[in-house]
Amino acid sequence: MKSSPTVLTTNSIDQDEVLRVDVSRTDPTATQHQAGRAAVPTMRPVVTHADPAAKTRAVKIRAKNVDFYYGENQVLFDVSLDIPEKSVTALIGPSGCGKSTFLRMLNRMNDIIEGTHHTGDVLLEGTDVYNPQIDVVLLRKRIGMVFQKSTPFPKSIFDNIAYGPKVAGLRNRAKLTEIVETSLKRAALWDEVKDRLNSSAMALSGGQQQRLCIARTLATNPDVILMDEPASALDPASTARVEDLIFELKKNYTIVIVTHNMQQAARVSERTAFFFQGVLVETGDTRKLFTNPTQKQTEDYITGRFG
Amino acid sequence: MSDQELEYAALLKRRHLVSTCFEWGCRIATVSALLFLAVLLAGVVYQAWGWLDVQFLTGFDSRRPANAGLLAGIWGTFWLILFTTIFTVPMGVGAAIYLEEYASDNRLTRLIKLNLSNLAGVPSIVYGMLGVTAFVRMFGLISAADGLIWSISLGFGTLEIPLPLGRCLLAGSFTLSLLILPVVIIASQEALRAVPPSIRHASYALGATEWQTIRHQVLPAAVPGIATGIILALSRAMGETAPLIMIGALTYLAFSPGNLNNPMEAFQDPQRVLDAPFDMFTSMPIQIFNWVGQPKAEFQNVAAAGSLVLLILLVVFNATAIVIRNRAQKRITW
Repeated sequence: MKSSPTVLTTNSIDQDEVLRVDVSRTDPTATQHQAGRAAVPTMRPVVTHADPAAKTRAVKIRAKNVDFYYGENQVLFDVSLDIPEKSVTALIGPSGCGKSTFLRMLNRMNDIIEGTHHTGDVLLEGTDVYNPQIDVVLLRKRIGMVFQKSTPFPKSIFDNIAYGPKVAGLRNRAKLTEIVETSLKRAALWDEVKDRLNSSAMALSGGQQQRLCIARTLATNPDVILMDEPASALDPASTARVEDLIFELKKNYTIVIVTHNMQQAARVSERTAFFFQGVLVETGDTRKLFTNPTQKQTEDYITGRFG
Repeated sequence: MSDQELEYAALLKRRHLVSTCFEWGCRIATVSALLFLAVLLAGVVYQAWGWLDVQFLTGFDSRRPANAGLLAGIWGTFWLILFTTIFTVPMGVGAAIYLEEYASDNRLTRLIKLNLSNLAGVPSIVYGMLGVTAFVRMFGLISAADGLIWSISLGFGTLEIPLPLGRCLLAGSFTLSLLILPVVIIASQEALRAVPPSIRHASYALGATEWQTIRHQVLPAAVPGIATGIILALSRAMGETAPLIMIGALTYLAFSPGNLNNPMEAFQDPQRVLDAPFDMFTSMPIQIFNWVGQPKAEFQNVAAAGSLVLLILLVVFNATAIVIRNRAQKRITW
């Protein structure tokens, strides 16, 4: 396996780097993380597009014929979906349609739940994330996740943001401080908390807590950010701020967002995938899907006839 | 008003009456429980009055009530609880972490969890019998007649471990550890379960390993609950008599374990510290039990004085632990 550079093998920094080099960001932490390492030529696997509408961007994540089971209970049926890089893909559908399960497959959070199994492949830049040689810890550092309920750790704001880099092994206080500042700035939270970095994150408002969780995810320097209904527990003003933030972040990150709010999906995403009863019914450009859906079920859902 | 409304109105008075009666029932239950405790405490204090003096705290047991002291029991209990804590905390918390955080939920783990609750309910005398077989006699694998001693030189002294352990203090500590382990494990499991899963998920999602998640998120949040369980369990161990008598603790002893009668002696002669775990021992509740059984009437007062000391030590012990726990709790609020 190690001889093939297209396969992200366990604990191999160089090969991890192979998959990173073409992520050209104006990102100080990214360059800092990569500084001092020899530049590795880009070996991005060539991907063909199953969906012609996605042609404009490279495919970051590709799901191929994914089935997923909780015990005997199948919740995803033959889902195939391409997620283009540096854009927002929205997953919509009624409760229990499998969109959150699909999202949690992408960074293998479903591994934590016992008695689950799947078939099919989830490819991150051509590499199967379920490959036994993939280190799930490394994978989750590359694919960050923001949850529905904001979950700040009962620690200071600083320690919340620094947690990801710290557990990865970064001890340098100056670097940590720099990452905390950059991440908070990118999450548009810096001005509100810069004077109280050492006070408890639990004292922040709901909207601030959610932006803190986003900042915390950015601090691990991921490529992809998964968001599981990130604004569903927030008031309209905080929701607007989170949406603005998503709009800002998609310049540098690939974002997949699960939402119940169709206006939100229409506002923030380029592409939308509609799930119903574990089946991916329709996928396409957001504008087209909302104005001119090809499937009857999609039309019924977005016009509010059910769900 | 309709007939139905009239019927409701007639019932209303009765419903309020039942509610008030229940409130008073609960109030009486609380007051009577407190009353019994107060009477008990007052009785002990009354009997102990005049008997609890410096001589009682610094002297050894005697056949004359006026000269009887608790020193051997105080030191015995100190060493017993010290070693019990050292054995129980890592084993109990470790087992709880394994069962809650690592073990998969299969038939075997469910069986283990169920039996832990059963073990917590086993009478202490049964643990005493187990202690005699496993620690005092070591299943008869080594003959006590050989008088085998395993010596380990430590520079400042020599650790002399008799094999089998015999009726020594360490055998008592092992037995008490077994006795309270189920309680510690169950309390720790509950504390770990109370930590919201979302915190674990958030930690995993940031690329933390299982150990890092446990170390930085789960354990700090569970410490107050775990500490409470340990405190309660150790308090129980402190008051245990039956299993220690089974083990062979002496009811009448005129020296402390290792002849260490004063904390300063530990620095002057470290060998005594090394001797203490393998020495004969008694404990506070055993001395109290012995005094109560004495024919001379004054020994009842001595026993009351001993009970008072044990009670005060338990209160101090619990209070300290609660303060430490609250301090840990203050940092964690969901």
